[in-house]
Amino acid sequence: MNDRASVFPDPETVGRLALSDSGFVFDPSNGRSYSVNATGLAILRLLQKSTTLAEVVEALGTRFEADAATLERDVIEFAGILRSEIR
Amino acid sequence: MMAEPRLTVAVTGMNALPENPGPGLAVARCLREAYGPRVRIVGLGYDALDPGLYLREYCDSAHMLSYPSGGSDAMLERLAAIHAAERIDLLIPCLDAELPQMVSAEPRLAQMGIRTFLPDAQALARRAKDRLPELCESAGVACPEIKSLTSASFFRSCQAEGWTYPMVVKGPFYDAHIVKSAEEAVAAFHSIAAEWGLPVLAQRFIAGEEYNLSGVADGEGRLHGEVMMKKRALTAKGKAWAGVAVFDERLADAARRLVKTLRWKGPLEVEMMRDHTGRYHLIEINPRFPAWIYLSQGVGRNLPALLAELALGRPLPALAPPQPGTMFIRYAIETIVPLGDFEAMMMDGSLACRLEAEGVR
Repeated sequence: MNDRASVFPDPETVGRLALSDSGFVFDPSNGRSYSVNATGLAILRLLQKSTTLAEVVEALGTRFEADAATLERDVIEFAGILRSEIR
Repeated sequence: MMAEPRLTVAVTGMNALPENPGPGLAVARCLREAYGPRVRIVGLGYDALDPGLYLREYCDSAHMLSYPSGGSDAMLERLAAIHAAERIDLLIPCLDAELPQMVSAEPRLAQMGIRTFLPDAQALARRAKDRLPELCESAGVACPEIKSLTSASFFRSCQAEGWTYPMVVKGPFYDAHIVKSAEEAVAAFHSIAAEWGLPVLAQRFIAGEEYNLSGVADGEGRLHGEVMMKKRALTAKGKAWAGVAVFDERLADAARRLVKTLRWKGPLEVEMMRDHTGRYHLIEINPRFPAWIYLSQGVGRNLPALLAELALGRPLPALAPPQPGTMFIRYAIETIVPLGDFEAMMMDGSLACRLEAEGVR
């Protein structure tokens, strides 16, 4: 549950992303840009603080109406996309 | 940065063709934005239809040069005639093919009173495409293997030597094709050989994304003002139609090591492929500003102006930090050319007096 390294991209990689309130995401090292929804943006902001998976799920639980298992599944799926897209 | 009035800078490469633009017009635009009316820009081209020659907001006057294939004497004779009319302070060559002659002519240009800021012949030769692996070994930069070919037969037997498709077939100065089979490679070989001559180069293909860096080197091992760019849209010839400024310290570090190894002097563009592990591989070093150099003005690091300051021996201005995320999008636009201007370029090879007479500058 706390194994951030196996779930999320490394903190340095996520940390370099420029995040906008609109959901626009820019990676300054490779010029790629993405758009994320409010949930994705919330997760990325949490990850920029070196948060663990458990802490991400807990923080999202206070903002979104979903049970912990659903949130964890969605976060892990999103993390998989992040690992493949942001390197 | 903007001290002496009426600096006269001659810039070559005014062939701003939409699908494969020369860098000259972008260089002129950078200089105009840095110095305003305090610079006189003399546009130099090789074809009466080079669009930059007629863009009065950037070129105060314009002249045709003799083709580099005509030899150094013809080039110098033509430049001397233009210099007599224009009193050129600084010449910025912007085309790969003219660099060898410009470098060898540097002492004679200096005697004429024309400053340049160019690498020496040895450095220029060391960054030739077929010598990149040797250079990269010295600099500690990764580089795909390159073979210099005078016959297309290599492509039929290369797999026995461990070469696999896809690979890149390219000319010594221009043109590059990614080929996926021996048939495609042979066709690319003959196409390049017909246009640019021999040898033709084969380079191992690096899967990844291309990143470009431009900067100005001072000849003492230092790189100044690096600006990095990732292409976002391409023309049919693979040139940048849109791009975004990026910043990656690993790319900057590789470029610095190459500049230091070469003791490069002048502008350059470093083209690198970043593989899936994030490692950069050198593809080419171009001995001039790239056509996308106006992005340097966009990110607050006007590199042509920086070059002018270096060439004039002035103290370098403080540079803005890199601004990744700044984009450019190129567009095509028509300029109206009076028949008399075209006639002057066709018949006299010059548009100088006409512009002056009209009081454009």
